Amino acid sequence: MTPDSHGRLPASFTTPGTSSFLDFLAQHDPSLLPVGRNLPGGDVPGTTHGTTIVALAFDGGIVMAGDRRATAGSMIASRHIEKVFPADEYSAVGIAGTAGLALELVRLFQLELEHYEKIEGTLLSLDGKANRLATMIRGSLGLAMQGLAVIPLFGGYDLERRTGRIFSFDVTGGRYEETEYHAVGSGAVFARGSLKKLWWSGMTAADAVRVAVHALVDASDDDSATGGPDASRQIWPIVATVTEAGYLRVSADTLAEVSAEIEAKRRAADATGGEPR
Amino acid sequence: MNMPFYVSPEQLMKDRADYARKGIARGRSVVVLAYDGGIAFATENPSRALHKVSEIYDRIAFAAVGKYNEFENLRVAGVRYADLRGYSYDRADVSARALANAYAQTLGTVFTTESKPLEVELVVAEVGRTPDDDQIYRLSYDGSVADEHGHVVMGGQAEHLSERLSTQWRAGMGLADVVKVAVAVLGTQPDGEDRVLQPGQLEVAVLDRTRPRRAFRRLAAPQVADLLGRDDVPEVDTAAPEGDGPPTEQG
Repeated sequence: MTPDSHGRLPASFTTPGTSSFLDFLAQHDPSLLPVGRNLPGGDVPGTTHGTTIVALAFDGGIVMAGDRRATAGSMIASRHIEKVFPADEYSAVGIAGTAGLALELVRLFQLELEHYEKIEGTLLSLDGKANRLATMIRGSLGLAMQGLAVIPLFGGYDLERRTGRIFSFDVTGGRYEETEYHAVGSGAVFARGSLKKLWWSGMTAADAVRVAVHALVDASDDDSATGGPDASRQIWPIVATVTEAGYLRVSADTLAEVSAEIEAKRRAADATGGEPR
Repeated sequence: MNMPFYVSPEQLMKDRADYARKGIARGRSVVVLAYDGGIAFATENPSRALHKVSEIYDRIAFAAVGKYNEFENLRVAGVRYADLRGYSYDRADVSARALANAYAQTLGTVFTTESKPLEVELVVAEVGRTPDDDQIYRLSYDGSVADEHGHVVMGGQAEHLSERLSTQWRAGMGLADVVKVAVAVLGTQPDGEDRVLQPGQLEVAVLDRTRPRRAFRRLAAPQVADLLGRDDVPEVDTAAPEGDGPPTEQG
């Protein structure tokens, strides 16, 4: 960090070669890296977990949404944690799993992309970004084996192909491209079931936002670790679209409206039968 | 045994300084000017890929003249320094002053201890909330630092251009005005008629105070032509949308 004894920037700063911040850090001071650390055996005491993230493709981009709950065992650790972030201008990353590591991983991933962009003068390709994230996840496999897994969901707008794309990952660093929709986290099973019924090809961005929130509501219905829209506290899921225009967060007003609409649709009616909720 | 000839320290330093100055004077000048909405950088550089002005951090930019490989190396070191500092502490804790000090130490150490000084001159600029908070540091090949106000010229004929610039620059000018001044100044020649530089020959960038996070923005040739009020733009290729996208909300 600090310049060496002559006051000069350390040699690792001026060594040419890498455009990766991660590689630079590994060379300069590996102790600052959150990943790749060897822990002694034993159980890690209860930590905060982030839960459900959904992403789906629509015509001209993707939408990614995450609920606001973090849990520590059976306790709600936070009602307003944010789990969906802009990775850079044209991509979004959502995280589920051990919150402390996941948030750090996102910070490092955002920095990795920005660092590359500043040094090279161009953006990484979308595949390049996804591969970079896969490498970071693979680096923390040791932590995952001790129960500190982090599972991201990554999506963005591919400036070459001019389309939105979604990537899912597993703890081994496996990278899988999803063509329609995907969900990760404890409520993912329910969210994916919901998305299967609600998704259709050729959606507009507004449709996709509605479907994403609906899937989160369905997940929160059946998974105790997923929080639904909270109208009394005015806490809405974090929803973002990534299109040719870049990463844009959906406003709270829109989300309040969408949540109210879904809530109205699901409200128990007197008559039996009727529309599916 | 070979005894080296005695060379007085004064002579040694003078020789090195002359050497560095000659190298720097060969390059094209870079002009840095404060305007009401930020700090503008302009230089004559037909290359779209080899930049002399670049982004270091959210509010910090770097401009250099001299040997490309040497200042490119310093630029990368600066990006690493800033990113590491921002990662270890917080984004708000990265300052142009600290970076200028690190550069000064590096340049100074190389100047006194290595066989060849770095043939570069740098500007590290940080845009603040108000024009009064703007900082512009100029660093020389020997590690000396100057805290500049308003405007700086580096490179070949720096003194001549600086004189010219100080008569035309005023505090509180708009972006279009400072770009016009910069282009006029860059086109002057000490002996001979002034040249009219085309937007395609220029590299122009700004640190825009109004941008939410990353203030650095490159101005492509059509935008420069607009600012200069010229319609007759020769064929231009639009630059990569580096740092020029929509503002993103930070999570």
